[in-house]
Amino acid sequence: MKGHVNSKKKKRQYIGLLYILPWILGFLIFQLYPFISSFIYSFTNYNMTSNTEFIGLKNYIDIFTKDSQFYNSLKVTIFYVFMAVPMKLIFALIIAMILNIKLKYVNFYRTIYYLPSILGGSVAVAVLWRFLFADSGLVNEILSFFGIPKIGWLSNPKIALFTISLLTVWQFGSSMVIFLAGLKQIPKELYEAATVDGVSKAGMFFTITLPLLTPIILFNLIMQMIIAFQEFTGSFVITNGGPMKSTYLYAMKLYDEGFLFMKMGYASALSWVLFTVILVCTALIFKSSEYWTYYEDGGQY
Amino acid sequence: MSNKKKRQIIKDVLTYIFLTLLGILMIYPLIWMFFSSFKSNNEIFGSLRLLPEHVIWDSFYRGWNSGQFTYSLYFKNTFMLVIPVVLFTLISSTLVAYGFARFTFPMKGALFSIMISTLMLPNAVIIIPRYILFNRFGWLNSYKPFTVPSIFACHPFFIFMLVQFFRGLPKELDESATIDGCNSFTTLVRIHMPLIKPALFSAAIFQFIWTWNDFFNSLIYINSVKKYTISLALRMSLDTAAAANWNEILAMSTLAILPSVLIFFFAQKYFVEGIATTGIKG
Repeated sequence: MKGHVNSKKKKRQYIGLLYILPWILGFLIFQLYPFISSFIYSFTNYNMTSNTEFIGLKNYIDIFTKDSQFYNSLKVTIFYVFMAVPMKLIFALIIAMILNIKLKYVNFYRTIYYLPSILGGSVAVAVLWRFLFADSGLVNEILSFFGIPKIGWLSNPKIALFTISLLTVWQFGSSMVIFLAGLKQIPKELYEAATVDGVSKAGMFFTITLPLLTPIILFNLIMQMIIAFQEFTGSFVITNGGPMKSTYLYAMKLYDEGFLFMKMGYASALSWVLFTVILVCTALIFKSSEYWTYYEDGGQY
Repeated sequence: MSNKKKRQIIKDVLTYIFLTLLGILMIYPLIWMFFSSFKSNNEIFGSLRLLPEHVIWDSFYRGWNSGQFTYSLYFKNTFMLVIPVVLFTLISSTLVAYGFARFTFPMKGALFSIMISTLMLPNAVIIIPRYILFNRFGWLNSYKPFTVPSIFACHPFFIFMLVQFFRGLPKELDESATIDGCNSFTTLVRIHMPLIKPALFSAAIFQFIWTWNDFFNSLIYINSVKKYTISLALRMSLDTAAAANWNEILAMSTLAILPSVLIFFFAQKYFVEGIATTGIKG
């Protein structure tokens, strides 16, 4: 009897493999193969027209010693990530906290705040941003109505990146929904006990809400950071990298080298530099999270 | 006591005022875009008014018919790209998620970890070899770079999301289905699929809207105007609008987001559920 059950179980095991077969093939062909070959291409002068040769570390040496736009785009991207991601997450957290209070119509507000998230990456919204923040666009008209001088939202190299970041922050809805789900999980007894002990509202936030939310903050932080490092549409459509390359994000640099100049070997090397930067940032956040995240089950999840 | 109640009411009112103002701030750009597509070109800039002074009706008509092809073609193209991608994604992700959630097979843990880690794999690092590969297959300037990967479940987000839902279904269901003579595939189709309908629905809308809004992939894989999607067409209109037909561009942008907005409002319950269960993306 036991043997029969076992053999039946074994049979089912291979059927499981059959079900995941599409993914295994897709992973090998469309993810693993490109992943490995982009590493190999990064040591070649591949450009789709002339013969491909291995040129060793030349691409990487050129990136770090000859390509001034590389440093600029890396700097712009890091500024963008450090500006947009914290702003977005802090905003999402604050609004989630407010919506977590027992209020009527919470779902209505949640819907409204979530709407921009689904449209954010589209060209249409980038076009809209270009109009709103133009020198005589709506935003400046509102400012001048209040007697504030006009701001070169997209024409001033010092401000343009901030305007692009605002488009990212505008899409805070999805992070907010995740925070909201996390807040709902915090046991109410904790707050009741804290009230009995006479803890203030601010005290509760720092001793209960924030610590219990740290795993979700960590998760949001990493996902949003990886997405932000690859931001493309915003700067491409709104400013086309300008003015004076002040919004020339790394993804645009990658696009220009790889698909405009067809220097694909060089662009592969650029993509591996980006990958390394993302990896290092993720590792640093994970490493530091040991000190600031709190797991109820001691981290065994 | 009544004093305390009064303070609570004031607090509630203030919260509502804040939430409402923020809500207006959040969607005002979209409302402005809608009304501005009825404005004349010189009223779009330098004016605070939301409603147009003189309603221009033909910006939609002119924008739609501007250029070499009409937007009928771009809309048709976008649907031709998006619908197969959504269907294939649903089918392949369901099969794979079912495999991961319901069976034990060798290397399952390792494969699942790999699948999860590809969620964090930056697209930027694989895009160039993918382009070279698709070029070799002769797939450039077609929708195959979008549809074929979706047949092979290359969107791990949806696999992960559906696995979470499958895990919520009791295993006893499978056992009783087996006793009733179902094999593993008929169990999936007859027993599980009806139960995870909400999850399938939310996966479908997410994939619809993401593919609809995609720009970068369309930009690199599609190069003839005849095959352009709406994203590409909008960018082209923006570039070629030498005479600054701004109201036409805003009108077309409004139409471009309309399907997503409509789907969002009709199916918003599924959206929020989907994103809260998996907690990724966006």
